[in-house]
Amino acid sequence: MNRALRVVARRCIAAVPTFLLVALAAFALLEAAPGDAADAYLAQTGGDLGFAAELRARLGLAATWPERLLGFFGSLLGLNLGQSVIFNRPVLAVLGERLPNTLLLMSATILVATGLGVTLGILAGARPGGVRDRVLSTAALTLLAMPNFWLSLLLILGFVVKLGWFPIGGIRTIGAQLPGLAAGFDVLHHLVLPAIALGAGYIAIYQRTLRAGMIEAWRGDHVRAAHARGVPRRAVIWRAVARPALLPVVVLFGQQMGALVGGSVVVETVFSIPGMGRLAYEAVVGRDALLLVGVLLTATCVVLLANLIVDLLLVRLDPRIGAADA
Amino acid sequence: MLGATLTTQEGALGAALLLIAAALALAAPVLWTGDPLAMIGRPLLSPFADASLPLGTDRLGRDIAAGIVHGARESLFTAVTVAVVALLVGSSLGTIAGYLGGLADECIMRIADAVQTVPSFLLALAIVSAAGPSASGVIAALAASAWTAPARIVRAEVLSLRQLAFVDASRLYGRHSLAIAFTVVLPNALAPVIALAAIIVAGAILSESALAFLGLADPNRASWGAMIAEGRSVLRTAPHVILAPGLALLSTVLAVSLLGEGVAKAVARRA
Repeated sequence: MNRALRVVARRCIAAVPTFLLVALAAFALLEAAPGDAADAYLAQTGGDLGFAAELRARLGLAATWPERLLGFFGSLLGLNLGQSVIFNRPVLAVLGERLPNTLLLMSATILVATGLGVTLGILAGARPGGVRDRVLSTAALTLLAMPNFWLSLLLILGFVVKLGWFPIGGIRTIGAQLPGLAAGFDVLHHLVLPAIALGAGYIAIYQRTLRAGMIEAWRGDHVRAAHARGVPRRAVIWRAVARPALLPVVVLFGQQMGALVGGSVVVETVFSIPGMGRLAYEAVVGRDALLLVGVLLTATCVVLLANLIVDLLLVRLDPRIGAADA
Repeated sequence: MLGATLTTQEGALGAALLLIAAALALAAPVLWTGDPLAMIGRPLLSPFADASLPLGTDRLGRDIAAGIVHGARESLFTAVTVAVVALLVGSSLGTIAGYLGGLADECIMRIADAVQTVPSFLLALAIVSAAGPSASGVIAALAASAWTAPARIVRAEVLSLRQLAFVDASRLYGRHSLAIAFTVVLPNALAPVIALAAIIVAGAILSESALAFLGLADPNRASWGAMIAEGRSVLRTAPHVILAPGLALLSTVLAVSLLGEGVAKAVARRA
């Protein structure tokens, strides 16, 4: 309990400068964006210069930049992210609608990636240098080199166009009034292909990390001791070799969270999933700087939170972490 | 170092593949004269149907083979530039942070923390949206997040190196501490960074193509990502349009990763 508290406190303290710097960068982005919110609004509705000035005053855009910076931080504190131009709704409301879909996709991806990655890693690391290991390691490098948007299209070509097993996109069947459990399966059915496309690289990363950890563990004295006691090979692999090698995979998990959110931009766009990644793309194409800033800040919070969860998981798994002297 | 890399299987294979890609990229303007974005044939011609258009044409009747080799130029140039910028900036900041310590260290590392927290592809999107979809905008967008890894590694190396006697010796000569950091400490800290270069190049090729796929790279240059985006609408009827550029991307990134594996093995063997 004490160790967990210490870890949480350390994470939270470290998160403050991180978040401040990201917010500062977000402000710089707003300043650098060609045109401002008033221009974007007027481009859609039309209006004269007098109305533009009035709009700028109303949106707090007429002030000097230090005043605008203060205003920006003030509204952040009040959880006010402004108005999205392309949706004509508060940014926060749009984000609240889109974030759950992205979290769903991320969870499905993590499930696929850890499940397959850990299985393949154990298969490869059980006999390093063997034929199976070489085949799996080459496959992993190929998966790592696969652009996820291309993989998405290949999956669509194979499993949607040719076989017709999965829906082509979206998060649920539109217009279908399904009862509770069926609706859940419907969403899962929609998530299979995007989760594979987004997770492919991570399958490879987890496989490689686990394999490397297992090679390290094979050299340990505890493995030789287990052999000497006559423990069956399968049990040695599972208990003495694979288990200690799982820890770095969990560490990696936290480090890859940002890349997962980044990858969701492309995958959600290809599979037309109404999530936060696709929202980022829509914000860039629609020149909606405030919306993009909202996505950026939310994604940062997601990554920070995910790292906190991973840290707490590590505290449970590794008794050395968060000990008084560490 | 290079010899040791080439003796590993991965290194040799990666170098060979990369050499082919680089040769095609360099020969592109000679072999495929003319604009790769120009319409030169019947649209959606299948591969191998016409000897002068070996990979067929896309929806607008553009030569896919020409697009691939010209795309190789753009892709490799962008990725290598990103890696060079990221390594220069990253190792400089890492050296300063590690050698000076104190406030400079604290500032640089907190910025690195923040950059690593923001999803790098979102950061790239944000920078491209502010700077516009130009070649230099894309390079800046990708380098903006790639510098942190070399910075961290160099900083750690510098921290362990600066205690050593040869650094004390140059300090006794009365040289300026930044001069010592860059001429004495940094060159000794570079070995682990070299293996990182391959990872940065591979990541930059993938991110550049993803930006181009989303239509956020320079539209007036041939690009594998843009070719795949273009082929998306004819996925059902003409899958060859996305297959060729995708395979080009895959094999180039694979070549770079293999070379990186080879370098890492060679470094590990030497240590």
